[in-house]
Amino acid sequence: MEVFDIFLLEAVLNGILLGGLLALLSLGLNLIFGVIDVVWICYAEMIMIGMYAVYALHVQQGWPLLAAMAAGIAIVALLGALMHQFIIRPVLSAEPINQLLVTGGVLFFLQAAATLAFGIEFKNLGVKLPPVAIGEMSFSMPRIIAFVVAVAGVAATYLFLTRTYIGTAIRAISQDREIMPLVGVNPGRIFVVTSALGGSLAGLSACLLVLQYDIHPAIGLSFGPITFLICVLGGLGNMLGGLIAAFIFAQFISVGGFVLAIEWGYVIAFVFFIAVMFWRPQGILGGK
Amino acid sequence: MLSISNVSAGYGSFRALFGVSLEVKAGESVAVIGPNGAGKTTLLRAISKLIDLTGGEVTMEGRSLRQVAPHKVIATGIAHVPENRRLFPRLTVEENLKMGSFPVSSRTRFPEKRKFVFDLFPRLEERRNQLAGTLSGGEQQMCAIGRALMSGPKLLLLDEPSAGLAPVVVQSIMQMVKRICAEGYTVLIVEQNIRQVLKVVDRAYLLETGRIKSSGTAAELLASAEIRKAYLGI
Amino acid sequence: MKILLLALLALLAGTPFYGLGNYPLHLVIMCLLWGYVYTSWSIMGRLGLVSFGHGAFLGIGAYSVVMLWNHFGVSPWIGAIAGVIVSALVAVIIGLPCFRFKIVGHYFALVTLALSEVTRLIIVALRDQTGGSLGATPNTALAQGNAWSLGALQFSDKVVWFYAILVVWLAGLWVWAKVDRGMTRLALEAISHEEEAAASIGINVTRSKLFVTLISAVMTSLGGVLYAQYQLYINPETVSGIGISLQMVFGVIAGGMYVMLGPTVGAVFTLLLAEGLRLALGDAFKQFPALDLAVYGLMLVLFIIYLPKGILGTALEALNKRGPAAR
Repeated sequence: MEVFDIFLLEAVLNGILLGGLLALLSLGLNLIFGVIDVVWICYAEMIMIGMYAVYALHVQQGWPLLAAMAAGIAIVALLGALMHQFIIRPVLSAEPINQLLVTGGVLFFLQAAATLAFGIEFKNLGVKLPPVAIGEMSFSMPRIIAFVVAVAGVAATYLFLTRTYIGTAIRAISQDREIMPLVGVNPGRIFVVTSALGGSLAGLSACLLVLQYDIHPAIGLSFGPITFLICVLGGLGNMLGGLIAAFIFAQFISVGGFVLAIEWGYVIAFVFFIAVMFWRPQGILGGK
Repeated sequence: MLSISNVSAGYGSFRALFGVSLEVKAGESVAVIGPNGAGKTTLLRAISKLIDLTGGEVTMEGRSLRQVAPHKVIATGIAHVPENRRLFPRLTVEENLKMGSFPVSSRTRFPEKRKFVFDLFPRLEERRNQLAGTLSGGEQQMCAIGRALMSGPKLLLLDEPSAGLAPVVVQSIMQMVKRICAEGYTVLIVEQNIRQVLKVVDRAYLLETGRIKSSGTAAELLASAEIRKAYLGI
Repeated sequence: MKILLLALLALLAGTPFYGLGNYPLHLVIMCLLWGYVYTSWSIMGRLGLVSFGHGAFLGIGAYSVVMLWNHFGVSPWIGAIAGVIVSALVAVIIGLPCFRFKIVGHYFALVTLALSEVTRLIIVALRDQTGGSLGATPNTALAQGNAWSLGALQFSDKVVWFYAILVVWLAGLWVWAKVDRGMTRLALEAISHEEEAAASIGINVTRSKLFVTLISAVMTSLGGVLYAQYQLYINPETVSGIGISLQMVFGVIAGGMYVMLGPTVGAVFTLLLAEGLRLALGDAFKQFPALDLAVYGLMLVLFIIYLPKGILGTALEALNKRGPAAR
């Protein structure tokens, strides 16, 4: 029984580590939704592109890992800005569901593009980091790094949004889009900046995921849905709610996965999500 | 300073303004008065380019605003306090002021301008870290005017500052307007509360169904039989 | 117009006798099968109930028949009924709260997306029974040279399948038209546009929405049954989860959501696109297996931006503009 408890504790701690990463994953999507009012169904695929970018630069081109990661973040940030300029902007005034669907088209496209460029075989960086042992518990090093960096990324985003003019404008535009020109803000530009910022958060997530997981073209499907659900659970566009929801979900996945099997952890998390939607359709922290 | 000639504008097929012309000279305070739905708000929105003109011309200090992008209007020295104040409710008072100095040229003067606004409205300094959405109506109006002053404008457009406020608060808002004029700002104010506004402005235009019906000094309009009968109920 | 359609139908019904060979016949069958599934989806979708979760119903149908047959020897006819009942239950469990709490738009799409993922994950998690991601094959009933087994719903002859699926497809269109023209049509149009207004003129919004959801779910689930029995192989990715769910939505969008044959046109378009690219590129296609998907994704984006009414919807509109008598 004692052994069981120590493993349960390990599962809970692993859940917290996972929560940090999920929080970062959902932050970018939430930011974009909060400001532009569009859900990027292809957000996870942009992360996948970031993972391949790091892989290509580091493994194929021989760049140092950190340089490859920095470039990866920049590439996905650029992708985010292009995404807004060429895909979202033309449908900004279309029906919301068309906006959702157009990003779904991008999802297929990015998946296919990755398959064309890299094939369907699993790729990895080949970076092996030793696990960290605490007492009888053992934690994976990439997970710990991911947690620390993710928390730092969330904090940096928070500071950017609260301390800078652009960041304040990003928060302001989600509260009153129409009057932004009266204070000298060009909403179109803020949208592009937000999309690039969302992209760079996707890029950062990619750097952390690529340390833990093999890359393949469909990997976005394995964590994309969970990211959307976290955002919805926290109240779409509500960044604080998203952070809390990320940690709740992570516990379901980690502890549920420990007690049963990993898929059941996800099933429980998804069923929990559906149940919460009926209880509070606006999300746990949603207003209205 | 601001010259509006023969301006027409509307929303879709609905026309709200029909060839409106008016003039605001530097240092003046001018009111546009008129009933609900006369096109007063549309006029200010047309000046700030929140809506497009269908005809006519707006010039600021001799420069046409025709080619100016909406978010660049503020750089010509026009600051617009919109109808219903439109603060960012989930930003603090200070952050709202910060948004007021968003144009890059205004940012360096942020501390100086903020001090000016806080001196003008000490109440705002007390509430600087409070969310704007939680302020009282009068305080919100102060914050909205303060936000507009942050860019260091030459001309202030005020849209119905007294709307939805208690009579006592209306009086103090009008005193604020008077002080702003005294500070050397040029003011164009749109109001339904004709009696109050005519006490604080130099001149006024009467706008009805999208057309200027009459104009004159505040004293002249207050004395005019037409206005006394239709709007002041005397 | 009616005569033209009947002539086309007659032409279609004769497909097996044109000596096309097995593979083209297979393609036609797949067009009809997916046309039927897309039509089922659009019964809901055209009312603004954009479901990203129809993979769940497809998966429930497909796995119900195969699992009951393989593990308990239950005839697919019974299995299909079981699948339909389970799908209907799931549709009510998800639909009722959604409609009652007015979960619409983005939120509805994402809740249903969760549903399709739950289904996929459960199938994977039950790998001891379902074979997990490796998929499952119904035990064959066609040993000893039997060409067909009605009880096991297995036919080696594609011609049988062609007619069976042709009939189902026609039935699907009939239901579509029935719902479209039926008593509830005005009510449904009102719901999709102005929910409050619909409620205020005495339409029971929740009940009407639930009604179309049930029809759509049950039809989709039957599509899953047919898919499993025809292909004799299913796996969680192809009959459930976010991928197939999105594919249904896009097929319908590409073809046109608001016209009866739109979803079918979407199915034909997407299948022919893949085949066309395969033929055009020949060997190169083998090196670039995802090229059709890339083109597909790109076209979807262009479609939604420039052709939001879909191929058939836009074509019909253009026809109507040229001559109002044409339709």
